[in-house]
Amino acid sequence: MFLQHVADGILSGAIISLGAIGLTLTMRILRFANFAHSELLTWGAYSALVFVGFFMAMDEALGGPIGPLSFGWALVAAAVLAGGLTAAVALLLDRVVFARLRGHAGHMTLVFASFGVALLVRNVILMGFGPDPFYYSNELQIAVRVGAVRVMPDQIFVLGLTAVLVVLLHLFMTRSRTGVHMRAVAENPSLARTSGVDVDAIVRWTWVIGATGAAVAGVLYGLTVQLRPELGFSLILPLFAAAILGGTGSLYGAVIGGLVVGLSENLSVMVIPSGYKPAVPFLLILAILYFRPQGLFGEPR
Amino acid sequence: MSGALLRAEGVVAGYRPDSPILHGVSAEVGRGEVVTIIGPNGAGKSTLVKAIAGLVAVSDGSIRLAGNEIANTPAHRLPARGVAYVPQTDNVFGTLTVHENLRLGAAPLPRRAAARRFDAAYAAFPVLGERRDRKAHVLSGGQRQMLALARALVPEPELILLDEPTAGLAPRVAAEVLALVRGLAARGVAVLMVEQNARAALGVSDRGYVLVEGRNRLEGRAAEIAANADLGAVFLGRRPPVRRPAPRAGAG
Repeated sequence: MFLQHVADGILSGAIISLGAIGLTLTMRILRFANFAHSELLTWGAYSALVFVGFFMAMDEALGGPIGPLSFGWALVAAAVLAGGLTAAVALLLDRVVFARLRGHAGHMTLVFASFGVALLVRNVILMGFGPDPFYYSNELQIAVRVGAVRVMPDQIFVLGLTAVLVVLLHLFMTRSRTGVHMRAVAENPSLARTSGVDVDAIVRWTWVIGATGAAVAGVLYGLTVQLRPELGFSLILPLFAAAILGGTGSLYGAVIGGLVVGLSENLSVMVIPSGYKPAVPFLLILAILYFRPQGLFGEPR
Repeated sequence: MSGALLRAEGVVAGYRPDSPILHGVSAEVGRGEVVTIIGPNGAGKSTLVKAIAGLVAVSDGSIRLAGNEIANTPAHRLPARGVAYVPQTDNVFGTLTVHENLRLGAAPLPRRAAARRFDAAYAAFPVLGERRDRKAHVLSGGQRQMLALARALVPEPELILLDEPTAGLAPRVAAEVLALVRGLAARGVAVLMVEQNARAALGVSDRGYVLVEGRNRLEGRAAEIAANADLGAVFLGRRPPVRRPAPRAGAG
């Protein structure tokens, strides 16, 4: 039973990690806590649902499952398009809301604006799709036994994809010119600017990477749990807990933070009633702010 | 100085348009020349280099580089036009490695040109080559200043703006940095420097300007300014006992 909780914890932790990477990047580079970030997960999940329907209408065979997985190439293609669409929405929101406030409004103004944006996005999705849950696929999956635990092939796919994306992002941040510039802007925007970095372009890159990660996390959540309009809302605390735990701005911190949050949520049900599970990220945030406010991997400031 | 590389004339600039810090400042720097700006705290010395670097809005006057107007050019475009700026504090990226700091210097360069410039930087600053993959925050104060200079030099600027390059350094290290600055000019770079440590800075400078309350008070050959006893009392850091130092509030 313990190992089963560990397996489930790692799985939900992987999804939280993907979402938290985008959150921690935007927090560090845009310098505000973006409460609308989790709604980008919902947006990504639902736009993938629409694209899946579109592909299935074109060719029923695209929906056929790939090997032991529950989904077909339709969802893979839909997730790619959903990532692009979510990035476009994030850029649009930045243009019409956040960019206007950045620079002259205070940090808290941006935070409250993000609350407003979150409400707007969530309710647009609720209006369009209604409160009932959706699934990408109705295929039945046969769990496979790995030692003492039972996992779905989809869950293994989720873990593998998350690992690949984290490695790719790591290479991007350390090897590519844009990645190094992003880290420079995160540390010292003024010095980056006078060195010749177009900070506005870096801000756009940050939104694109954060939103794409959020969309993929949303699709993976929809795949392994279900799609609900409050999907993102229910993940706000875990995402922030993971980002703060890891240290704002730290990619690896967000990954470790996501895994810690996922594991502690799932293991908590062994000692406390499962109704209290959502309180676990809260406790983690309080604990980390008390003992190590800069987070596990954050630089002390 | 009709052939000056940098010519600032009547510059009015500040953080808020209604209360400028500079009230019409003029200065020139020629190629291969080191020019130091001195003056009491709050005189607008840093504001002048920030205005040239595109960090402070210029509301009147002109700043020309080789005859071309550069006032209010977005700061990130200036390195590509040959202007480098090294701020007084936080002038290296501490969370990045030494090499990544140099990569930032290559931001205005086409990708292919960068590698050769890095080799040149390590040849000029061997101490950095030995610490290539170390995080910049572990460097000593002097090494940081070298890294900040090396980064600024990667795009091979025509004009380099230095805001108090010796601030916080031990006298021996400060002298090393100033010798480096002199060496830059020997290679044809125009250097405009702000210094509190006025005597040492004037010692490596060709000319100097004295700013007071956002206006030009005096200009001349560095040796003449350094030799002027009155200026020594008022502007070279030895304040008369009756005068309280002006607050540093951003205007420094």
